[in-house]
Amino acid sequence: MAPRDIERVPEIGVASDVYGGTLARTWETEPGIAGFFSTVDHKQIGIRYIVTAFVFLILGGLEALVMRIQLARPGQNLLTPEQYDQLFSTHGMTMIFLYALPVLSGFSNYLWPLLLGARDMALPRLNAFSYWVYVAAGIFMYVGFAIGAGPNDGWFNYVPYASGPFNPGMSMDFYALGMIFLGISTTVGAANFLVTLFRTRAPGMSINRIPILIWGTLTASAANLLVVPAVSLAFFLLWMDRQFGTHFFDVASGGQPLLWQHLFWMFGHPWVYAIVLPAMGMVSDGLPTFCRRPLVGYTPVALSTVATMILGFGVWVHHMFATGLPSLALSFFSAASIIIAVPSAVAVFAWTATIWTGRPVITTAFLFFSSMIVLFTIGGVSGFMTGSVPVDWQLTDTYFVVAHLHYVLIGINLFPVVGGIYYWFPKMTGRMLDERIGRWNFWTMFVGFNIAFLPMHLVGLWGMPRRVYTYPAGIGFDWLNLIVSIGSFIFAIGVLLLLVNVVRSLKHGAIAGANPWDAPTLEWSVSSPPPPYNFAVIPRVVSRHPLWEDRLKEREVRSATQEGLLLDHGRETIATTPLDAVPDLILKMPEDSYMPFALGVALAAGFTGLLLHWWWLVVIAGIAVAASIVIWLWPERELGQVAGVAP
Amino acid sequence: MTDVALGQRPLPVGSTRRNTVAWWGVLCLIGTEGALFAYLLFSYYYTALQLGDDFGQPRHPQLELSLPNTIVLLTSSVFVWWGDRSIKRGQSAQFFIGYGIGLLLGIAFLVIQTFEWRSQTFSLTSGVYGSLFFTVTGFHMAHVIVGVLALASILVWAALGYFDENRCVPVLVAAAYWHFVDAVWIAVFFTFYLTPYFW
Amino acid sequence: MSVGLTAPALFAEAFATPAWADGKPLSYLHGFGAKAVPVVALTWGVIWISIVVVVIISALVVVGISRRRAPDPIEPVSAIPITRSGSAIGWLYWGVGVSTLALFGTLIWTVVVLADVNNPGVKPAVTIEIAGHQWWWSARYLSDDPSRVLTTANEIHIPVGQPIRVKLIGADVIHSFWVPALAGKTDTIPGQTNTTWIEADRPGRYMGQCTEYCGEQHAHMAFIVVAEPKSDFEKWQRAQLLPAKAPDTPEAMRGERSFEFHCGACHTVRGTDAGGTVAPDLTHLMSRETLAAGAVPNTVGNLAGWVANPQAVKPGTLMPTLYLAGSELSDIGAYLKTLN
Repeated sequence: MAPRDIERVPEIGVASDVYGGTLARTWETEPGIAGFFSTVDHKQIGIRYIVTAFVFLILGGLEALVMRIQLARPGQNLLTPEQYDQLFSTHGMTMIFLYALPVLSGFSNYLWPLLLGARDMALPRLNAFSYWVYVAAGIFMYVGFAIGAGPNDGWFNYVPYASGPFNPGMSMDFYALGMIFLGISTTVGAANFLVTLFRTRAPGMSINRIPILIWGTLTASAANLLVVPAVSLAFFLLWMDRQFGTHFFDVASGGQPLLWQHLFWMFGHPWVYAIVLPAMGMVSDGLPTFCRRPLVGYTPVALSTVATMILGFGVWVHHMFATGLPSLALSFFSAASIIIAVPSAVAVFAWTATIWTGRPVITTAFLFFSSMIVLFTIGGVSGFMTGSVPVDWQLTDTYFVVAHLHYVLIGINLFPVVGGIYYWFPKMTGRMLDERIGRWNFWTMFVGFNIAFLPMHLVGLWGMPRRVYTYPAGIGFDWLNLIVSIGSFIFAIGVLLLLVNVVRSLKHGAIAGANPWDAPTLEWSVSSPPPPYNFAVIPRVVSRHPLWEDRLKEREVRSATQEGLLLDHGRETIATTPLDAVPDLILKMPEDSYMPFALGVALAAGFTGLLLHWWWLVVIAGIAVAASIVIWLWPERELGQVAGVAP
Repeated sequence: MTDVALGQRPLPVGSTRRNTVAWWGVLCLIGTEGALFAYLLFSYYYTALQLGDDFGQPRHPQLELSLPNTIVLLTSSVFVWWGDRSIKRGQSAQFFIGYGIGLLLGIAFLVIQTFEWRSQTFSLTSGVYGSLFFTVTGFHMAHVIVGVLALASILVWAALGYFDENRCVPVLVAAAYWHFVDAVWIAVFFTFYLTPYFW
Repeated sequence: MSVGLTAPALFAEAFATPAWADGKPLSYLHGFGAKAVPVVALTWGVIWISIVVVVIISALVVVGISRRRAPDPIEPVSAIPITRSGSAIGWLYWGVGVSTLALFGTLIWTVVVLADVNNPGVKPAVTIEIAGHQWWWSARYLSDDPSRVLTTANEIHIPVGQPIRVKLIGADVIHSFWVPALAGKTDTIPGQTNTTWIEADRPGRYMGQCTEYCGEQHAHMAFIVVAEPKSDFEKWQRAQLLPAKAPDTPEAMRGERSFEFHCGACHTVRGTDAGGTVAPDLTHLMSRETLAAGAVPNTVGNLAGWVANPQAVKPGTLMPTLYLAGSELSDIGAYLKTLN
């Protein structure tokens, strides 16, 4: 075959020549319903993820508020025990699986190509597919909740209580199949991030120049790839026990209840790092903008992100300290659980040093990013306390742990996410969020959150157990629970103010330019919102702060954002080497497609068939899945997958 | 790290050899499915260690079908590897033979495994050992079925003339997946058929 | 009858001991025995370390923001120039260094305490086998002499000043045995026996609670540990080993027959035909302070209400509602009152 069929010298062009040309038509999505179901544009998918995640956040929040009404006074009967149990279980499932990771996937999906200087994620159709599966799995699980068969054994679903004899009915089946379904979305999303990071960065964006958000999502994705199968397997084995009478967890026939706990926590602990490391990355990238200086200690922070994740694989037993394991095992895992605080300390001091040696500019985004440091520290020390085995034997399964987990999840995930909304909303929509409403939003959330969750540490130290639908009067829990309930409502009002601000600013917000914050990274070099192709020409990068180089003046050579590779023979972006980001391939990108949606529908049908034991539907869905995959992967000329044809 | 100069070097376009995103994608797939089998085998070893003699596993698992079957699967990998090499050199006849025989041997593995299953004295629900045996080997069978469908698709696409020595990524991807499935079988075979001999 | 709201004063009074003096019977910020005291010290240690860390970091952040901040609001942000001042990496060295020292110190202290409390100093003379059920606790005092094996439920007595071995059995789902003032928690897991120990260094009543979610009435699965001087403990033990005295009023005698018929399939009262083992042993029911695993104090009214309609006291409980006639209920009540 002639070289020209498989090789080309990529043309170099100037950005201003591209605007208003054909590149927009090449990349834009069809308007209307057709485009809605077929788009593979990472920006649209990212926004969908964020919006859907916030819908689940609100549902989970409402569930929490109902629980807090029940718990405000001792001995109340607003809810039956079964109703309360479904509420706390669904609340946990919703927040941890349907909000915490997807919202970060949404931000990462939207931002990664813009941060990396690429025209889209490496696998755009897979990206669309991961969203469809996420929303289908969320709906699947909520159908169960809506018909009174929501999960009722906590988000952690221990056996034997989750097994058939103790839990007849469909609660566990909705949860088990829904989680396996959701696991598909998480896994393919993780693979997409990994491949994108290693293949589609801008020329010159070597591995030590990528933003910390990328490091965060990268480590989270690598971890998810390896640990999601553990929880999917656990749920699959449970489902098998319940439907077919297998004996994995059936004690009478040799089944092992602790096998569930090992599989679940081998997944569960790395998962909780996966849902905070990208958010920590958002803070590491956003805080410096408002401190008017680059992050202190980029390399230690990047390495500590990876170190936290690696150590995070080795601490899962700290969720099982009370199960009667041998003390040698307990000591090892206690040590690991205490030491894992060291890389977290690196991040906290890096942020604090950046504030201290910078010139802080107070905006709402900055308030969320900086307050997060304090909330992180509180959540971190309460975690450190539970890492010590003898202390954990008292703290575990009390409200102390509830306080801890909310400080780490709300403090290290929600607060950075809201900061991220204030920071990147201008980029996504072209409008600024209102700063005055923003201040009210921040202070209401911050004060309400601390009123709600700080007292929980104390009521936990005074012995209030978790997962109780009520508590006796007169043993020290009464006043604290009332304060917690009041605080939770104040916090909810704060979240409401965020929604008010977003809705209002979509129509009436001040127009934002390309770089309203004078921030350093590549996404701020394109218009707000970005054009469908992101970059008119592929940028070339020589530092971590392309847009600050002219002020920092640390090198002679500068990054180029206005002149670079054109790559306009259809949908194209540049692929580069994994470490040094030297261009090595012109990557052809797929057109919009209905296959991701079709495959999502086929899978949803299959899981529904499994749930209802409609085996005929399972067979049909299985065939549809196989056919969809083959059609999706069918070699295409335009993608350069067919021999003898120049793409 | 160095700065990159945008010279006037020609670059490959589209899907060529191991530069492509599909290759990285199948590595991710192998990573996650490999982890799945690691957890399946962990479930087996954990349960076995907890139960000791009460586990219910056969002292001397039958090797008359499973050992030849292992050889069948490993041989299929050899043929697939050979077919792989051939397409990278543009030798399409050898490629068809290699992948064709690999596919047939894969199907043979499935058939023999079905007989092996039916010859067991225990069942999926007879006890925790039976549940583990059929679930782990069942997951492996499912992966072989996917591999067989992948090899079949490759042969169809090759027959349509889509591949040559420059454009053959799907072939390499399917081969990688197939070798992975074989490697998993070695671990599964070792666990269920060999380790009982030395408990 | 609302669960848990009945007679809180009675409840608190019933537990007047040093552990309860401040009205927090489940608190573990104080401890009373060789297994608890070293852990309490470590708990306070990590609490103080944590508070100091939070105060220092918060101060650093707040002061850091205040001291050099730009006027608020500032529009646009770019009005403040970008600079990279000297080397700030020292922050990380100091901060991470000091943190690591504190963490290592805690780790060493942890291992020391773990070794200290893992096993009792002397071999325990008393072993109790406790099983967690949905939603109550059974307790069997083991002995080499079968006639001295004592079975009771929800309230256990132990001699003061010596370690008690506790073997934990899971009867149905996973529960967790926890008496905060005396020891940390250990789960009861079906299929395995976990062993722990407790010790009380002064007499009193200590409240316990199940702390592993086990279903609808996890919230009402408390128990009581009564620690008393050795002679009192042995007196209690002797009384508990005796079978129930035969009733002597006609009402109670009718009640005994009714009880055997309606309740004997699940409950045991030694000395009668009632021999069921799936529910608490009631031979000496009236010697206990509470009913239904701590759900309500053990009073005449509560007992009658519980027998008549268990679901009203503990919705979801596995004790069936018998729908008996009022007269039969009062007979049974009269009989149960004799079970001292």
